[in-house]
Amino acid sequence: MKEILMILVSAIFVNNFVLSKFLGICPFLGVSKNLKNAIGMSVAVIFVMTMATAVTWPIYHYLLAPGYAYMQTVVFILVIAALVQLVEIILKKYIPALHKALGVYLPLITTNCAVLGVALLNITEEYAFVPSLFNAVGAGVGFLVAMVMFSGVRSRVETADVPKSFQGLPSILIAASIVALSFMGFAGVVDGLFL
Amino acid sequence: MFETILFPVLVVLAIGLVAAVVLSVASKFMAVQVDERFTNVREELPGANCGACGYTGCDAYAQKVVEGEKTNLCVPGGAAVAKKLSELMGVAFEEAEARRAIVHCSGICEYTEYVMDYQGPKSCAACNSFYQGRGSCSHACLGYGDCAHVCPYGAISMVDGIAHVDSDLCVGCGMCTKACPNNLLTIVPASSAVFVGCSSTDKGAYTRKICKAGCIGCKKCEKTCPNGAVKVENNLAAIDPYVCTGCGACVEQCPTGAIKFIL
Repeated sequence: MKEILMILVSAIFVNNFVLSKFLGICPFLGVSKNLKNAIGMSVAVIFVMTMATAVTWPIYHYLLAPGYAYMQTVVFILVIAALVQLVEIILKKYIPALHKALGVYLPLITTNCAVLGVALLNITEEYAFVPSLFNAVGAGVGFLVAMVMFSGVRSRVETADVPKSFQGLPSILIAASIVALSFMGFAGVVDGLFL
Repeated sequence: MFETILFPVLVVLAIGLVAAVVLSVASKFMAVQVDERFTNVREELPGANCGACGYTGCDAYAQKVVEGEKTNLCVPGGAAVAKKLSELMGVAFEEAEARRAIVHCSGICEYTEYVMDYQGPKSCAACNSFYQGRGSCSHACLGYGDCAHVCPYGAISMVDGIAHVDSDLCVGCGMCTKACPNNLLTIVPASSAVFVGCSSTDKGAYTRKICKAGCIGCKKCEKTCPNGAVKVENNLAAIDPYVCTGCGACVEQCPTGAIKFIL
């Protein structure tokens, strides 16, 4: 229990995928324009990260681990891409409402580096199956936190009166760096929390 | 040889093959039937996803057309698209009706006042994000003209501190409705005669205190209207332009003058 809580807090705050590991920056900058899209994208990411971990973990440990560990990146990309397509087809058929909500974002994250990153990191950290799943959920929730926070920051930055050379992406990137800096404050928190 | 090269290749091949088979089987057995008319209708629409038709985008409108919605609601497409849609759906072609924007705020300088000396960026969106604007009413026109800046026809100007739509220039494209942070502008049929010049959902007593021309939700209009076109919800009157006959009974009854004829 303690280990799982530790993994969750660590994945959400300390090792936030977007703001500490700098994975998934593309959707972070692209889809954070308004809160609704940010949440839609994040929910899709949580969903796909968990599914991807559930599938890649057994593949690694039962197929690749004895001698072919170097294949993990190639195989993971293949499996995750196929999985997301399958999930999309199933959702479209059986849960149209959810498909409508996630629809646009699902194909976008098929080859997202944050999704691949969580699958690979679970292997590197040598987590067992269940902790891996929690790490994936935590990473997804961390993504959600980052997206929601940043969409708020962004709505302020967009209306601000910035010098011409900083308009658009430059000011957004500066804002992102400051938000990332604030997450540095979480470093070391986990060790103190779960003594 | 086999161990180092062939096996990894076979593994990837096998996984790819399994994924391909599963996906193709899934797409075959779980295919969702799309109405052919939907595809056709959707292709005729401009794809601007502007929302001027009243639906969230071209996909949503196409769906509604297939279900029997009017074919002449697409503003950017105009009569040409309306004609094509009518042909596709096999219904009589109606001329696309003219539309225009109206401003649901009457808070000119004389009727209401500023409560802060706002010095920030001169845009409504920025001003509104700062304690909901500089005016005493949080729903009011902010007066920096975000709507006027986006209007491609130059139909909006700032008169007495609030937005004013020139009915001769406005074509009802709806760009302004998205620019306004308080959603004060709506698109109505150009033939409509009466509108509610207020968007405040505050309680009547409070609205009366801060603005001389605000809707106080007294429901006199609702009771007066012979056609039931006026409804008061959340302390704010709303007129259904498709039911309203423009008789003006509500305009006479309105104690604050929030309900007005469209000039």
